[in-house]
Amino acid sequence: MALSYLRSSSSRSVNLLKPLSSSLPLRRPISTDTTPITVETSVPFTSHQCDAPSRSVETNPKELLTFFRDMALMRRMEIAADSLYKAKLIRGFCHLYDGQEAVAVGMEAAITKKDCIITAYRDHCTFIGRGGTLLEVFAELMGRQAGCSKGKGGSMHFYKKDSNFYGGHGIVGAQVPLGCGLAFAQKYSKDETVTFALYGDGAANQGQLFEALNISALWDLPAILVCENNHYGMGTAEWRAAKSPAYYKRGDYVPGLKVDGMDALAVKQACKFAKEHALKNGPIILEMDTYRYHGHSMSDPGSTYRTRDEISGVRQERDPIERIRKLILSHDLATEKELKDIEKEVRKEVDDTITQAKESPMPEPSKLFTNVYAKGLGVESFGADRKEVRATLP
Amino acid sequence: MAAIFQGVGAAAALPSSPSYSFDSNKSVFSPRRSFSVRKGASFAVVRSDGTVNLNPKDRRAQLLISNAVATKADSAAASSSSKPGHELLLFEALLEGLEEEMERDPHVCVMGEDVGHYGGSYKVTKGLAKKFGDLRVLDTPIAENSFTGMGIGAAMTGLRPVVEGMNMGFLLLAFNQISNNCGMLHYTSGGQFTIPIVIRGPGGVGRQLGAEHSQRLESYFQSIPGIQMVACSTPYNAKGLMKAAIRSENPVILFEHVLLYNLKERIPDEDYICNLEEAEMVRPGEHVTILTYSRMRYHVMQAAKTLVNKGYDPEVIDIRSLKPFDLFTIGNSVKKTHRVLIVEECMRTGGIGASLTAAITENFNDYLDAPIMCLSSQDVPTPYAGTLEEVTVVQPAQIVTAVEQLCQ
Repeated sequence: MALSYLRSSSSRSVNLLKPLSSSLPLRRPISTDTTPITVETSVPFTSHQCDAPSRSVETNPKELLTFFRDMALMRRMEIAADSLYKAKLIRGFCHLYDGQEAVAVGMEAAITKKDCIITAYRDHCTFIGRGGTLLEVFAELMGRQAGCSKGKGGSMHFYKKDSNFYGGHGIVGAQVPLGCGLAFAQKYSKDETVTFALYGDGAANQGQLFEALNISALWDLPAILVCENNHYGMGTAEWRAAKSPAYYKRGDYVPGLKVDGMDALAVKQACKFAKEHALKNGPIILEMDTYRYHGHSMSDPGSTYRTRDEISGVRQERDPIERIRKLILSHDLATEKELKDIEKEVRKEVDDTITQAKESPMPEPSKLFTNVYAKGLGVESFGADRKEVRATLP
Repeated sequence: MAAIFQGVGAAAALPSSPSYSFDSNKSVFSPRRSFSVRKGASFAVVRSDGTVNLNPKDRRAQLLISNAVATKADSAAASSSSKPGHELLLFEALLEGLEEEMERDPHVCVMGEDVGHYGGSYKVTKGLAKKFGDLRVLDTPIAENSFTGMGIGAAMTGLRPVVEGMNMGFLLLAFNQISNNCGMLHYTSGGQFTIPIVIRGPGGVGRQLGAEHSQRLESYFQSIPGIQMVACSTPYNAKGLMKAAIRSENPVILFEHVLLYNLKERIPDEDYICNLEEAEMVRPGEHVTILTYSRMRYHVMQAAKTLVNKGYDPEVIDIRSLKPFDLFTIGNSVKKTHRVLIVEECMRTGGIGASLTAAITENFNDYLDAPIMCLSSQDVPTPYAGTLEEVTVVQPAQIVTAVEQLCQ
C-alpha cells in the first residue's frame, strides 16, 4: 500500500517539478532506491538475559521515505480523528496514537503480513500499518457500514483477518493471553511465524500477563510481548503504578530488550532481532520507550498529570517524524519541499477520505442481529412457533 | 434414594486396569457387557455395596450378581449379537466423543489442568496425551484467565481448542475472557473471526464438596451474548453434545455434573451428534410439563415414579440447551399440558429457571392454566454438612408435592 503511494507521489512530484528544475532526473530514482544506508540508533539497546543487537541499522532511501510517509499519514489521521471527535462525529472512546507512530511503522518493516499482531485499544495506526485503509478507519470510528468491523466495533475493535491483525481490545491486558494463544496456533501449525502482543505500561501490572508469559516460556511459543511504555497509565505515572518500571526485565527468566520507541529504525532492528529469537528460543519481551502527545483518550486533556513543558520537550527532541525527516535531509534523499509536499498530499488524502467516510451510511437495524453467532450446525433462533422466525442469526 | 446417590459418588474410584487400553481405535471400551440397562435406573442397583469385579477384563461393578458369572466369559460376543451399541459410563462417553473428534480433525486440541499426563481429574481425557502427544493435549499451569484466553486466541486462527475447567467454578477467573473475547469477538470484528472453542467442565452441587466447589456457573454465563450453553445428562447426550460442540463454529460451554460421571448407558456404535439447540423428551405425558436439566433430571424421574403411582402423568423434558432455550419443544409441551414446573439446580435468584420462567410467560402465557412453578436451590452458599447440603438442592419429595399442588 505504501509502495503504491510512493510511486504515485514521486510521479506527481515529477510532474510538478518538471518545468522548474533541471536536476529532475537525479531525483526520480530516490523513492525506489534501495542502496543500503547504515544508520546508528539514537541510543544503544539495553538487554536482559540476552545479547543486545547492534546499534547500526541497515536501511535504504525507499524505506526511509516510506517511514516518513506512513508516519505522516498516521499523525494526520490521528489529528483528524481529534477534530472529528470534538465535532461529535466520533463518540465514546477514542485513544490516539500520535507520538507513538514509530513503533507501528518500525515493527511492520521487520516482519511480514503472516506474522500476527495483537494490541489493545490504541489501535488505529497499528491497523493502518497492517494494511488497513483510511476509509475503513474513519468509517468505523464514525460507526458507518464501510468500517472495518461494519460499524459494530468502534475505535477499540479494529481487526483485519487477512493481514493477521487481531485487534483491537478494550479490556486492559486481556489481549496478551490471546496473543500467546495466537503464538500457540502458529507453533501448532508449524508456520515459522511469530506473534507480537502489544500492551502498555499500565497493563504490564496485570497478572494474566505473567500467567501467559509463564505458559509461553514453558511451551516455547514464538510470542513477543511488546510493552509500549508511554510512561502513563491513563492518569497515573509509571513510577506510581509499578514498583519496578524496568518492564523489559519483568520477564525474569524471559529475555528482554529496551528500545527507544521514538526511533523507527531502532524499533525495526529490535523487532527483527526478536523475531529471530522467538522462532528459536521462545518468548521475549520488548520495551518500547515511547510517548503519547494526546491524553489517554479524548476525554483526558493530558495535562493534569504532566506538564505542557514535558510534552513540548519530547515533541522537540524526540519526535519520530522529525527524526526521519532529519535523516532524509542529512542523507540528501529528498528536499525539504518534497517532504512538505508529501505532508500536504497526506493531509489532502485524509480530508478526502473523511468526506467519503461521512457519506457511508449507518448500519441497517437488521444488522443488529448479524454476526452474534456464526452459522454452523443450523443455528437459527426460532421463537415459540417454528413457522415464525424470531431472529435469523446468520 | 439418597443412599443410591452416595453410591454413585463413592464409586468414582474405578479400578483402572492396565489391560484397558486406548491403543486400538475401534474397541476402545472393551469388553462389552450384555446387561440390559434401563436409563435412569441402571445406577440405582448395586454400586453402593462397593463390590467391584476384580477380573481384569471386566472393570465395572456388576449390576446383577447372578448374571455376571454366567456371561463373564463371552461377554463381548454375547453383547454384540444380542443388542446394538456398546455400554459405557458418562465420562467414557465424553472421552469417546472427544477422541473421535480429535481423530477426525487435526485442529482439535485439549487444554486444561492435569488433562494430559494425569488423564484428567475425572478421567475425561484419559489416554489422549499418550495417543495424540503433548502438543494436542496440553497440561496448563493453574492460570485459568490466561489459558482460557490462549484458547480463544488460538480459536481465532482456526484451531478448535477444548478448554477444560477442572471445576466450572474456577472459570470465574476467566470470566473476562469468556464474556468479552469469547462471546463478543465475532460481533465486534464484523464477522471476521469465529471462535470455535469448547469450554467444558464439571459443575453443580456434588457430595459435600464445599461452597466454592459447588457452583452453578450456567446462571452467571447465561447473559453473555454470542455463546451457546448446553448441559449433558446421559452418556448418549454427553457424547453427542461433545461432538456437536466441537464441530460448531460458535463458542459452546458444555456443562457436566460432578455426580453424573459414572452413569452407565448403552450408546450406538455409529457416529452421531446431538443438536445443540434441541431439548430432549424424556417422558411424554399429559398432566404437567416438568422442565429440567443435568442432575435434576434424575431427581425428577425418581419423583415421576412416585407421581405415576399416584395417578399423575408428567411430561418430563430435559432442556439440554441452556442458551438458547428450545422454545419450540417446550412450547408444544405447554400447549398440551398447560402446567409447567421447572426443576433446576441453580439458585433461585437469576438462575436458568428464572430466565426460563420469563421466556415461557412471555411466549405462552395464554396457554397456562396455572402460574409457573420453579423449584431451585436455595440462595445460600452450599454448606459442607451433608444434611444441610441435601436441603439446599431440590429433592424428589419436593417435586412430588409441587406437582400435586400444580395439578389441583
